[in-house]
Amino acid sequence: MAKSLGYPKDISAKMKGAGMERFLKSPNITGWLLASPLALVLALFLILPIILIVVVSFWSATEFSIVPDFSFENYAFLFGSSVTYTVFLNTFKYAAITWAITLILGFTIAYFLAFHVRSQTWQTALFLLCTIPFWTSNIIRMISWIPFLGRNGLANETLISWGVIDAPLEWLLFSDFSVILAFVHLYTLFMVVPIFNTMMRIDRSLLEAATDAGASGFQTLVNVILPLTKPGIMIGSIFVVTLVMGDFITVRFMSGSQSANVGRLISNDIALLQYPSAAATAVVLLGTVLMMISAMLRLVDIRKEL
Amino acid sequence: MEPRPCSFYILASIFGLFLLFLYGPTFTIAILSFQGPEGGLTFPMRGASLHWFRDLFQEQAVGDIWGAFRRSFVLGLMVMVTTVVVSVMGGLAFRKRFAGSAVLFQLVVASLVIPSILVSLGVGLMFSQGGLGVHWATSGFGAQLTWTLPFGLLIMFAVFNRFNPAFEEAARDQGARAWQTIRHVVLPIIAPSLVGVGLFGFTLSYDEFARTLLTAGSYNTLPLEIYGMTTNVTTPVIFALGTLTTVFSFVIIGGFLLALKLAQSRQAKAGSDAGKGV
Repeated sequence: MAKSLGYPKDISAKMKGAGMERFLKSPNITGWLLASPLALVLALFLILPIILIVVVSFWSATEFSIVPDFSFENYAFLFGSSVTYTVFLNTFKYAAITWAITLILGFTIAYFLAFHVRSQTWQTALFLLCTIPFWTSNIIRMISWIPFLGRNGLANETLISWGVIDAPLEWLLFSDFSVILAFVHLYTLFMVVPIFNTMMRIDRSLLEAATDAGASGFQTLVNVILPLTKPGIMIGSIFVVTLVMGDFITVRFMSGSQSANVGRLISNDIALLQYPSAAATAVVLLGTVLMMISAMLRLVDIRKEL
Repeated sequence: MEPRPCSFYILASIFGLFLLFLYGPTFTIAILSFQGPEGGLTFPMRGASLHWFRDLFQEQAVGDIWGAFRRSFVLGLMVMVTTVVVSVMGGLAFRKRFAGSAVLFQLVVASLVIPSILVSLGVGLMFSQGGLGVHWATSGFGAQLTWTLPFGLLIMFAVFNRFNPAFEEAARDQGARAWQTIRHVVLPIIAPSLVGVGLFGFTLSYDEFARTLLTAGSYNTLPLEIYGMTTNVTTPVIFALGTLTTVFSFVIIGGFLLALKLAQSRQAKAGSDAGKGV
């Protein structure tokens, strides 16, 4: 009797299947199933390490090892030292100058590609030429400045042979000049690509309308193209600012270890095995960068711009 | 066609100079790597020879560059495959809003903007303090993924923003299951973009320096090896190595671009025959 009241076996199995199906069809479940590898990698190799850095920044260090602790000593030392402020100021200086130059240069290049190159084949080819260096080694691209900027390098030889200068310029290599030059060389394409991308989505009839309304080419550029390109400019700026703020190798290599930025401060501590102190500096750097980026992200919705 | 304005010629010359700025140094070291045996790091050329390339192939002259190259190559392949698979899954996931998707997206952006030295230091500390030991294939691999995955995912966003859902609806109307729709409709359509994601995955890993610095352990990858050479090698052998790896990069990029082109033309051939019927 009880048996006949229950569902036949195959129906109850089907219902179970339907429940399973509904469970799998819920957007939250499928979403997380598909996103789980991504979430796992980010949790393991981004969140956990950052938490660890924050924890270690409160540890203390002896000459040979690091000891779990809860002391503010690392931060007290960091904020008590005048070197910290000089180095942070220097880092901001690099970021600001590099940002300004890459922005102007990147905008000009993207503008030329988007609005002055008429054939699509040429546009793709030239755009590709601008992006290929992104997929090659930064270290080698830095090394390749040596024969140019050195004391007996091409730049000095040329300037002397033209009679512009009598003695080789010493500030070409291993100076702030060469650091900024390398930054511009490495990172301009981070401006070109997003700006070009936004420019290509501008409706061309807007430009025609501007011309019809009597705007000159320059007025169209300033009043139509520039405002519409803002999202691309923001994305490029975020890239350039974070790359320069977090850099340690370009400054070390191109300044011949004569200039410092925050990244170098951290890597010097690491070289001395002073991990807690390196971690404290890293936490302050992270806070600074995240504050700058979140301010910039307020002005643009990245997902809409892709 | 209307005549080109004079601003075109000004901008074109700026663009030309930019390309010279971009590629000039690379070509300079390519020329200098053919220095004669007595030549130095700058011009003039003292004869022309393959001396420095020959040096590269002698084990003792420089460090373990071939081992480093092998490791970088394998690591690049590992990162490439992982980046493609994880990015496609992530891209599919983000097509629908799910609980926590906004937070996960913020995390992806954070992964892109957090200074690489923090990832390097953090992952390095995690593996060494956790007693796992730092190794390029474990900690190095994971640290590099935090840089390649955001790029892969952003490309997938761009792809799916332009994806026409009508294709999937058609597949579903004909009775295809979710997995069949993805396998036979979505994946073939996005295949060319996957080549692009692979290009980012491989090259960004192959050239990565900062994130591998503290996570590679006792065996160097190629960029680390090259960087080590800058501090103690003062001969054009470093230019020869630079030229060789740049040529290798160009070959890889060319290969990917060719594959992209092939995938696109295959797709065009196998695509819609609308309007071609009798």
